[in-house]
Amino acid sequence: MSGFKDIFDQYNWDDVKAGIYAKTSRDVEAALHNSKRTLEDFKALISPAAAPYLEQMAQLSRQLTQQRFGNTMQLYIPLYLSNECQNICTYCGFSLDNKIARKTLNREEILREVAVIKAMGYDHVLLVTGEANQTVGTDYFREALEVIRPHFSNISMEVQPMDEADYSELIPHGLHAVLVYQETYHQADYKLHHPKGRKSNFEYRLDTPDRLGRAGIHKIGLGVLIGLEDWRTDSFFTALHLRYLEKTYWQTKYSISFPRLRPCSGGLPPKVEMNDRELVQLICAYRLLDQEIELSLSTRETPRFRDNVIKLGITALSAGSKTNPGGYASDLSSLEQFEISDERSPASISGMLRAQGYEPVWKDWDAGYV
Amino acid sequence: MTPLVIAGHSFSSRLFTGTGKFASLPVMEEALLASGSELVTVALKRVDVHNESDDMLQHVHHPQLKLLPNTSGVRTAKEAVYAAQLAREALETNWLKLEIHPDPRYLLPDPIETLKAAEELVKLGFIVLPYIHADPVLCKRLEEAGTAAVMPLGAPIGSNKGLRTIDFLEIIIEQSNVPVVVDAGIGSPSDAAKAMEIGADAVLVNTAIAVAQNPVMMAQAFRQAVIAGRQAYEAGLPSVQRQAVASSPLIGFLDEV
Repeated sequence: MSGFKDIFDQYNWDDVKAGIYAKTSRDVEAALHNSKRTLEDFKALISPAAAPYLEQMAQLSRQLTQQRFGNTMQLYIPLYLSNECQNICTYCGFSLDNKIARKTLNREEILREVAVIKAMGYDHVLLVTGEANQTVGTDYFREALEVIRPHFSNISMEVQPMDEADYSELIPHGLHAVLVYQETYHQADYKLHHPKGRKSNFEYRLDTPDRLGRAGIHKIGLGVLIGLEDWRTDSFFTALHLRYLEKTYWQTKYSISFPRLRPCSGGLPPKVEMNDRELVQLICAYRLLDQEIELSLSTRETPRFRDNVIKLGITALSAGSKTNPGGYASDLSSLEQFEISDERSPASISGMLRAQGYEPVWKDWDAGYV
Repeated sequence: MTPLVIAGHSFSSRLFTGTGKFASLPVMEEALLASGSELVTVALKRVDVHNESDDMLQHVHHPQLKLLPNTSGVRTAKEAVYAAQLAREALETNWLKLEIHPDPRYLLPDPIETLKAAEELVKLGFIVLPYIHADPVLCKRLEEAGTAAVMPLGAPIGSNKGLRTIDFLEIIIEQSNVPVVVDAGIGSPSDAAKAMEIGADAVLVNTAIAVAQNPVMMAQAFRQAVIAGRQAYEAGLPSVQRQAVASSPLIGFLDEV
């Protein structure tokens, strides 16, 4: 079946990278001037040549975001169901070779987590796991959705890639969105970062958004893990993927996240550092490319950074997050996937948003909608 | 100014409003009241229908504000009918802004699903106000299906681009037997005034008010613009002349002896 792979194969990593680094201030100015922007414009906007134009990009990004999303911010929270994992990933705390206690929540434990999360005010939840297909597969997810669905209007998942049939089965049980990050589009280095487990199959992962699109999912989240490879080149491929998906699965909504590698138990330090200024550049570049895209920022980032960038294009925030299964109610100190930087409560984030003139949105979907 | 009547309900204000994108619910409430609007649309998906003290509903609860639930988020006629029933039960109104936009980027309405849903919903006793393209034939088909009004777009929703579809809006207004409400794209009070001048029965404005630096003042501006536009329409606008009309250079010979 044809898919993004056909397009992806037409591009060469080194050529793309060279193309980005060859962009000039004239290219950046042209990109800023255009009202509809191409992927070549996006390359210019993420290039080093755009650095002196950051304030202008931020102004435009803010204006475009405000027009589309208004003065609102969607709030969501992750719910880690399991840290069992058969993959070895060099950067992740859940990696198979990391000797930690493994935990998968049962029905009662899930409900205890749900109670704590609901008490914080949440109505949109993101379910997260490692990859353990035997114990945490389609059957487990279907049961988890049945337990969770009565309590939330909107349920997303960030778990192992699955087959189209699995997605088709889970969607009627309330699965609204799936986040699946390619981690890196550098095919050779992908193998180095994912030496063992099903995740080492680059092409199966690359094809996941196509399978989701064919299954008719409402929303797909894309992204790369920033720090693994050159973030500019990886972001170009993400944008290429996004454009392809928007044209092909036109009834689906898309979101982008910007996870920067965080310290974790047993993890490698980032190979490539991305500083705050560069992350702002990337956020703004996405907004200038695509006025409608949802841009999400997690608690990986610091309070000061989050407070400032919400005005520059971000449309969704998590708050009060725990990245370990049972972290909200039962097993407060089990191993986390990564350390969070912003530990403020949802109430405190909500207050910060209001102080900045944003209405926190807890509910923007209805459980009655499939 | 003549009042507007839709499905037997009389409105003295021809400005309809929305509830999205405001910086806070108190600001939204103040802006809605300042607009003088009597019909305000609320997305079912933003409301917690099981919670009587839902924040959004608290802030639109005023005797002069009639609620118009909308089906934003649905992608098919079937989902729209389901959502409509949910809204009717929860919000105790059979009025419905029918919007089916399977395209989440530009939120453009699906004409085929909208017509199918409208036919079904009218049979189920709903007062249906469908959001649609400025398509004159579709408007007639919806009217025949029994919708209480038609709501063609002026430009893509939220775009603030104004009346880009004006040539089609004029045809729709000329042909329609039900009220025509220009929905989506109205970016400034002058756009709203223009829509009223060409004979639209009402306009629906959300983004331009919600995202203004001062939403309350902008709501007042729209209120006045809609009144001015309607008055001009009722007063009878003089037609636009491309050139000064002097004597009768072409037929002057008829008077020559």
